[in-house]
Amino acid sequence: MTKSHALRNQEKVRSRIEQNLKRRYRKEKIFRGFGIASIVFGLLCVAVLLTDIIYKGHGAFFQHYLQLEVQYDPETLGIEQVDESALALANFDGVIKDAMKARFPEARDRRARRELYSIPSTDAPFALRDRLQQAPQLLGERETIWVMVDDDVDAFIKSLDEIEGGFRGRVSERKAGWLMSLYESGELQNRFNTQFFTSGDSREPEQAGIKAALVGSALTLLVTLALSFPIGVAAAVYLEEFAPKNRWTDLIEVNINNLAAVPSIVFGLLGLAIFINFFELPRSAPLIGGLVLTLMTLPTIIISSRAAIKAVPPSIREAAMGMGASRIQVVFHHVLPLAMPGMLTGAIIGLAQALGETAPLLMIGMVAFIVDVPTGITDPATVLPVQIFLWADSPERAFIEKTSAAIMVLLAFLITMNLGAVWLRKKLERRW
Amino acid sequence: MNSIATAVSMPETAVQEGTDVDHKIEYPATTVGAPFVDKAKLRMRGIDVFYGDKQAIHNVSLDIGQHEVVAMIGPSGCGKSTFLRCLNRMNDTIEGCRVSGDIQLDGEQINGASVDVVPLRARVGMVFQKPNPFPKTIYENVAYGPRIHGLASRRAELDEIVETSLTRAGLWNEVKDRLDQPGTGLSGGQQQRLCIARAIAVSPEVILMDEPCSALDPIATARIEELISELRENFTIAIVTHSMQQAARVSQRTAYFHLGNLVEVNDTERVFTNPEHALTEAYITGRFG
Repeated sequence: MTKSHALRNQEKVRSRIEQNLKRRYRKEKIFRGFGIASIVFGLLCVAVLLTDIIYKGHGAFFQHYLQLEVQYDPETLGIEQVDESALALANFDGVIKDAMKARFPEARDRRARRELYSIPSTDAPFALRDRLQQAPQLLGERETIWVMVDDDVDAFIKSLDEIEGGFRGRVSERKAGWLMSLYESGELQNRFNTQFFTSGDSREPEQAGIKAALVGSALTLLVTLALSFPIGVAAAVYLEEFAPKNRWTDLIEVNINNLAAVPSIVFGLLGLAIFINFFELPRSAPLIGGLVLTLMTLPTIIISSRAAIKAVPPSIREAAMGMGASRIQVVFHHVLPLAMPGMLTGAIIGLAQALGETAPLLMIGMVAFIVDVPTGITDPATVLPVQIFLWADSPERAFIEKTSAAIMVLLAFLITMNLGAVWLRKKLERRW
Repeated sequence: MNSIATAVSMPETAVQEGTDVDHKIEYPATTVGAPFVDKAKLRMRGIDVFYGDKQAIHNVSLDIGQHEVVAMIGPSGCGKSTFLRCLNRMNDTIEGCRVSGDIQLDGEQINGASVDVVPLRARVGMVFQKPNPFPKTIYENVAYGPRIHGLASRRAELDEIVETSLTRAGLWNEVKDRLDQPGTGLSGGQQQRLCIARAIAVSPEVILMDEPCSALDPIATARIEELISELRENFTIAIVTHSMQQAARVSQRTAYFHLGNLVEVNDTERVFTNPEHALTEAYITGRFG
């Protein structure tokens, strides 16, 4: 009687379990489905973003050049020999105009001439000057050279593949006709735009480059790294290894956690008040940018460094102390080497955040229009995200592709930095 | 009102914490047996240890003789590890831990804020419960102590220290061809012997062992026990153990701790064959533990 009862009970339990099993598996499946869906959504967003940026920005890496047959006529140039002062005054503009006139003799009235002259970039006379400076023997000779075209022209030619008849914009029908004839005869050529990587910002899109912002970002990050890493690690080591646990250290900990969540523009205001107004450091400089970003990244670095230090097994500390190592020796011989990979990760996360930061830098004047590439941390400079902001704000059509190209450069910078961090981590990490 | 309630409830708590045996057996006002010896290497008098407000060790006095192995046994939480850690001031590293009383090493006071723990820990080495080699090579593990204390001026000298220490720890033949490999890659028993080699590399006078075999298999345990017997010739050893057989095998004298009190200290043979105190008898016969 009891035996059959037990048997029945077991059967009941088993069937219950089986019933529940289905439900459990279904729940698991749904949960896994959610996970996969979120990852797919995330990847999709990244893919859309990247394709959009690359599609819009790839054009900025190329630029159309115009073939011109120029004559370095001393009369037109108004110089007799090639030297510094003569070149500064020489009328290279006239040489270009002559070459354009010779190519399109049909343009006779003033209006047509003006349109004709606007085909080459305003940079073209400077290119000629550089050429003549390099090769003074060319004075009085004829030569075929390639010069950059104006951004409107460049945009028109580039749009030929996409829009039937091309995007004309400010280009008149007559000018478009000339351009088509130049394009078909191969006198307009698409070339890799080296100037984008070798020059600073410019009002003329075809002459604008990313180098100043890139160097500015690098200098600013260098200052940030040099200050925030040692300070952050020292603070974390002190708080974890030496500081007594009392109300004061609790207060400090709470405040560090709060600081990590403070909007970055507040740090910009702080930098403006302290570094510029009080200490009177040079404004718009990577030095101040670095200082402000240091303030911003410090909490991140301290928090992650403390976590890395906490993760070092206490048995290692005990072993070292049991051997008679002093507290400093315990920290430097054992704790820091083991915590270093984690600290570096924190530092890189902090720096990546700093690299993409715009708001606090606006407050300290790094938003200024700066053409020269900075040579030191006290030179006026701008940084990549600010440059993107400035270009996105510019009305010229050609700046659209420049903006996307700058974003690509920023992402490449970021990826390079992260790869460097991964490499460092792998190198320092001890696997046991 | 409140204070009265606390006062009344206190004896009850004490009873709850103990076992049935506690009802019948009175705690000794002083330790029974022979806690003191003539030529003591370590002399402890009236040790009290507090963790915050909680007292973990009550007025313990004990001598550890030269070149002697003293085993400390007792149920979990009886304070034997805490007591052991007083002997090289490892309790300093625990927040809120306070040690009072007299601890002398060769007649020299070692308990007190003015005593430098760095040279003390070179004289009183320690081996921990869980093997804890540094995440460095085998060589670096053993060389660490001599390095930080500046015991070797040349590389050859350091090599010699490493070799003798590993030989004494019975590990040399097993690792001599892979000194540059990580110490954490060894087996548990080898790791513990590496920790012993590391401890003896600075030629300490006393070695404290906190349940050194509790994480090891019986074969590795036997090797360590053998090693302890060999080390006794040159070192004074205090060992905390959960295994009564181990205490019987390796030690000359045994101290029995119970709830923070040192109940009995006697020759090991005496403790395990004819214990003086009823609590000791209850423990070794397995009535609690």
